[in-house]
Amino acid sequence: MLKRWRQTLTWTDVVVYAIGVIIGIAVVYGTIRTWQKAEYTPEQWINLTIDGLKLGSIYALIALGYTLVYGILRMINFAHSEVFMAGPFTAVFLAIYLDDIGFYNAQPIISLLLITLLSATVSVTVALLLEKIAYRRLRYAPRLVPLITAIGASFFLQYTFRGFYGADVETYPNLDILKGTLTFGPITIPKTDLFVIVSGFLLMLLLYIIVQRTKIGKAMRSVSEDKEVAALMGIDVDRIIQFTFGLGGASAGIAGIMYAIIYQNVHAFMGFIPGLKAFTAAVLGGIGNVVGAWLGGTLLGLLESLGPNLFLSGMGIPSANQLKDGIAFAILVFILIFRPTGLLGERISKTKA
Amino acid sequence: MNAETSSPWKQALNSGLISGVICLLVMLVGLVESFGDTYIISGMITLGEIILLAPVIMLTYTALRSAANSSQRTMVGISAIIGLVSGCIITAFILLCQVVDLRFMFVNASPALFSLLMRGVPLPLGALVPPLTCLIASVVTLGIYLIPSRPRAAVIQGFLWVVVLGTLRDQILIIDVFKIQPFALILTRFVFAQSGLSILGALFVFAISAGLAYYLSGRKNRPAIIRSARVQKRNRIILIAILAVIVLSLPYALGLFYSEILDTTGLFIMMGLGLNIVVGFAGLLDLGYVAFYAIGAYTMGVLTSQLGGLTFWQALPFALVAAWLAGIILGLPVLRMRGDYLAIVTLGFGEIVRLLALSDWLKDNLGGTQGIQQIAQPIIGPLAFNSLQRLYYLILIGILIVAFVAWRLKDSHLGRSWMAIREDEDVAQAMGINLVLTKLLAFSTGALFAGLAGTLGAAKLTSVYPHSMTFIVSINVLVIIIIGGMGSIPGVFVGALVLVGLPRLLSEFQEYQYWFYGLALVAMMLFRPEGLWPEARRKLELHEAEGPIEPPIIETVSTGQ
Amino acid sequence: MSKRLLIIVSIIMISSMVLAACGAKPYECTDKIGCVTVAPTDPLHIAYAMVINGPDATLGIDSRNGAEIAVDDHGGKVLDHAIKFDGEDDGCSAEGGQAVGSKLAADPTIVAILGTSCSSALRVAMPLWSTAGFTVISASNTAPDLTLVGNENNYPGYLRTAHSDVVQGAAAAQFAYEQGFRKAATIHDGSIYAESLQQVFADEFTKLGGTITAQESVAPDQVDMSGVLTSIASGAPEFIYHPIFIAAGTQLILQARQTPGLENVIQMGADGMFSPDVMTGAGDAVEGVYVSSPDFTKFGADYAAKFLPAYQAKFGSAPVSIFHAHAYDAMNMVLACVEKVTVKDSDGTLHIPRQSLRDCMYATKDFKGLTGNLTCTPTGDCADPKIAVYQYHTGEYPPTKVWP
Repeated sequence: MLKRWRQTLTWTDVVVYAIGVIIGIAVVYGTIRTWQKAEYTPEQWINLTIDGLKLGSIYALIALGYTLVYGILRMINFAHSEVFMAGPFTAVFLAIYLDDIGFYNAQPIISLLLITLLSATVSVTVALLLEKIAYRRLRYAPRLVPLITAIGASFFLQYTFRGFYGADVETYPNLDILKGTLTFGPITIPKTDLFVIVSGFLLMLLLYIIVQRTKIGKAMRSVSEDKEVAALMGIDVDRIIQFTFGLGGASAGIAGIMYAIIYQNVHAFMGFIPGLKAFTAAVLGGIGNVVGAWLGGTLLGLLESLGPNLFLSGMGIPSANQLKDGIAFAILVFILIFRPTGLLGERISKTKA
Repeated sequence: MNAETSSPWKQALNSGLISGVICLLVMLVGLVESFGDTYIISGMITLGEIILLAPVIMLTYTALRSAANSSQRTMVGISAIIGLVSGCIITAFILLCQVVDLRFMFVNASPALFSLLMRGVPLPLGALVPPLTCLIASVVTLGIYLIPSRPRAAVIQGFLWVVVLGTLRDQILIIDVFKIQPFALILTRFVFAQSGLSILGALFVFAISAGLAYYLSGRKNRPAIIRSARVQKRNRIILIAILAVIVLSLPYALGLFYSEILDTTGLFIMMGLGLNIVVGFAGLLDLGYVAFYAIGAYTMGVLTSQLGGLTFWQALPFALVAAWLAGIILGLPVLRMRGDYLAIVTLGFGEIVRLLALSDWLKDNLGGTQGIQQIAQPIIGPLAFNSLQRLYYLILIGILIVAFVAWRLKDSHLGRSWMAIREDEDVAQAMGINLVLTKLLAFSTGALFAGLAGTLGAAKLTSVYPHSMTFIVSINVLVIIIIGGMGSIPGVFVGALVLVGLPRLLSEFQEYQYWFYGLALVAMMLFRPEGLWPEARRKLELHEAEGPIEPPIIETVSTGQ
Repeated sequence: MSKRLLIIVSIIMISSMVLAACGAKPYECTDKIGCVTVAPTDPLHIAYAMVINGPDATLGIDSRNGAEIAVDDHGGKVLDHAIKFDGEDDGCSAEGGQAVGSKLAADPTIVAILGTSCSSALRVAMPLWSTAGFTVISASNTAPDLTLVGNENNYPGYLRTAHSDVVQGAAAAQFAYEQGFRKAATIHDGSIYAESLQQVFADEFTKLGGTITAQESVAPDQVDMSGVLTSIASGAPEFIYHPIFIAAGTQLILQARQTPGLENVIQMGADGMFSPDVMTGAGDAVEGVYVSSPDFTKFGADYAAKFLPAYQAKFGSAPVSIFHAHAYDAMNMVLACVEKVTVKDSDGTLHIPRQSLRDCMYATKDFKGLTGNLTCTPTGDCADPKIAVYQYHTGEYPPTKVWP
């Protein structure tokens, strides 16, 4: 067996694996040191974990848009972060209006439904417009061209919404029924977090069912597999692509409302970083499949939340939380070294575009 | 596209609706109001109004083009419909806002905007103004469309120059060369007014530019005169000499303001040439390119400021080596990664470098948030390069070196290996190309160029801050080479001038700079993805999908560079 | 009287008139740097270099507004010439500073510059402006090195009406210590301003006898603060000083309450968080949060009586940042000195000697401005800094003053 390894392994493989191993050792070392120092109480760790799960739910929902579009078109929809932003940034005005007339806290469930509906609608519209105007003509262009278009569309949308609604931050009014915390034994969890985690999970489940078990989901998967053959089988490829964008858009719009419930502040540039993280999550989990998006998102959320305190400060780095964003990428590199197609592998077409 | 079978009226209605919605969009983003007092022709028409009418003009033009075979009556009808419908949509919105004040949501839906749209005429008469102005715009477009093609191109050029010069009034008047009397007097009193062109000035500009365009287009149709090789060579040398004189005198002819712009553009050209190798030649999408610039700049900073004490020239080799090594270090983990994953990982690398430069952890060495100050500027003998004008020459030399290296690499064995990798990695490997070495060389060469730009950038600002090393800079460089033409060396120059020089010139647009940027990118990719000065091979590739191309009889590749 | 006498008188009269005309010698500029000549019909050009675009735009726009009110108070004119007050964005960065620096330095019609907004821009722009002979006065630069004697970043021609970070950070530390806190933590957002402030706070607090348990940082657009708050919580501080801006600040306020270990910690921000947006953004959690800022109650009576109504009338809202009054004072100082040193010809032409203008500015003593009695040091510090600490209460804006 060693001989077989010797034949397939090259020097670069060795170096690359060495890099991966170094990252791994650093993480383990840092973790052990942190356990030894015991700076943080179990209560704090639980708090961080819940935080990570909540972040992860949001990332997962956004990642879904990236992963589905990539699976079908083999392109990174860079502008998906603006699809995510458009919904809650528009819906905030409805929320403020409802709050002004007192409806917001009088009928919180209906208000929430209305706001989510508006947010999802706006996001879907933006996604569909993107597909029609910017991407459709470029479907068979070399890989870089739609990517650049997406980057341009991203800037365009950011500044358009900034022009519309102003450069200021808008705040969602507080929902009284979601104020406060719930306690389950040793775990105290804010109601907003619980709401986001649970609804995020249910939503992912719903989306999984749509993709795996419905007819249109099957059509989506077959278009992912091979566009031409799917067309030969009588599937309206354009329609399915539109549906995919729409589904990703809806999921991003809903993720936006969850984001708004927790962080309350929305503005024209709020999409950039979550979008980036979500794409990392999609790649982490294995691009092209729904479960991968969920897994990647959750994992990324946990790593971001626990990471700095867990292993970075253990390694003796002061002010470790500054490097929080770097952790996501370092972990990505680590995973991609040992498992280049992501944790759960890819589900994309074998043929290019 | 299937042939449209719907009636031209329905199409016109459609276009009108789309145009109206786009006008609304432009209004609500705030463009019209922001430029509502920048006069193109003083007292007559502002830039804001032109921006507002632009969708109407463009959609009318395209509608007329696709209805080219219809009767004149239909054309008049089409333009009228588009104009009226757009105007009515605008009026409808204004009326809506009289009932409901939408400013809590759309911050630009203000009375000031409406009065601008209605040209100061109060309601209810004012409601007729937008349809009227849009109608006039579309009819004028029709008129222009009906002019036969040669004068038409000239007329369009004339209009464009009037708009451009009217907008650039302030920038033109700062140019040192134009401050000399009697130039200055003619310009400030006769051609330009307090804001924009004077009416006389506008007519003057229009006449000259349209006339020139007409004359030049006429010359193109005459049979080309074949000149002997020696004469051609002599002409080429004269041309290069003239160009060299212009280029070398720019900083002192144009003044301090333009020197700064030229310097910044120059640095971006250097970076563009480097990224061109990674993305353009080798096809490796690097989104974290700013990291190498940062490493070059920071190494220079650390070694020459109090922390080190070296001179610029002493520190330069260290900075270049550091950047080169960084290229290799980045290249190693991503060797096996495929296209889009590569992009994300390189993006991450760029962010990690920035975070490290910003961090408190490395504050003692890298300055943290406060950056590094008092960076040495290059000194050669008694000559200190401490002004923007003098640095221009150093940057120029840097660009020439980098461009030369890139040009030679392009046609070398290494360059062809890169292009082979770009096309298909597996086939390239099967042909015997060492993927590892080739990729690492691509990354490290690109990194080297960026590192050089970094050192000069640090000297230019005499300081380096982590806040300048953002992802946006990497995107800027990427866009430069894309717009200029991927893999094309002259394209980098064009791209940088358009994307770095122009926005700096048009600083009034600063608030909307990235909006225009995004729009330009999308438009470019949709209509001219090979860039402004394309590499011939790339152009063929990109238009492959549009059907078979006759084999080129004369290979333009060898002369196109 | 004969014809002869008439002729002699006429000749005398004509020649004296001619001599008078020729004898009105054109003004000779003896100024060390040079003079700005303003033709009779031209405006007097004062430029600004402030951050008017991007995320920090409220800072620059607010300052510019304050200066415009000062221009209006002068009737838009000085010495019978209209005042042309225009300028460029300084981008709040070194690159922006170099861009605006080179652009304005190329314009010889500029008499004085109000700016920059941010210290990082000034450091790069000032060498260019100093060489060009301009008088530069900033309403919001707070970096200490800009007016430090012998510091490389201190250039002739620069003044400021804003306080330096040294003053504000020390005031916050003193406040915290006097309130009885002995263990504090700081958070900055990676901006030069915040990092400098928190460092001054930390040094001063330690000098007074307190302990700093942690010095952390977040990104300006960061929303998830749990990691950094948990890390701080492990040091059990009583007081957190985060002199950052609204977006990250409101998140810290919201999330600190939910972090185990920090439920009762007292938080304090600096002038970047003195804004109604903090109140709307943080909701109920803002109760009890402190913020430091120039002491508005110590501003002259004219501030509330005249300045604020004028601001509201002209710009349709209350001031959105805190340096508007400093900009107002800066513009007034410039105009006062212009009136003092300018030589005006009989036909209305103005000659403004640049060095004399600078000397006049540096010699300002007891100038009654909105922000206090301004007296300039030889290196350009003109501020009369009175920093106060305010406290937010839910639903109330502005926060109430609690110290000194």
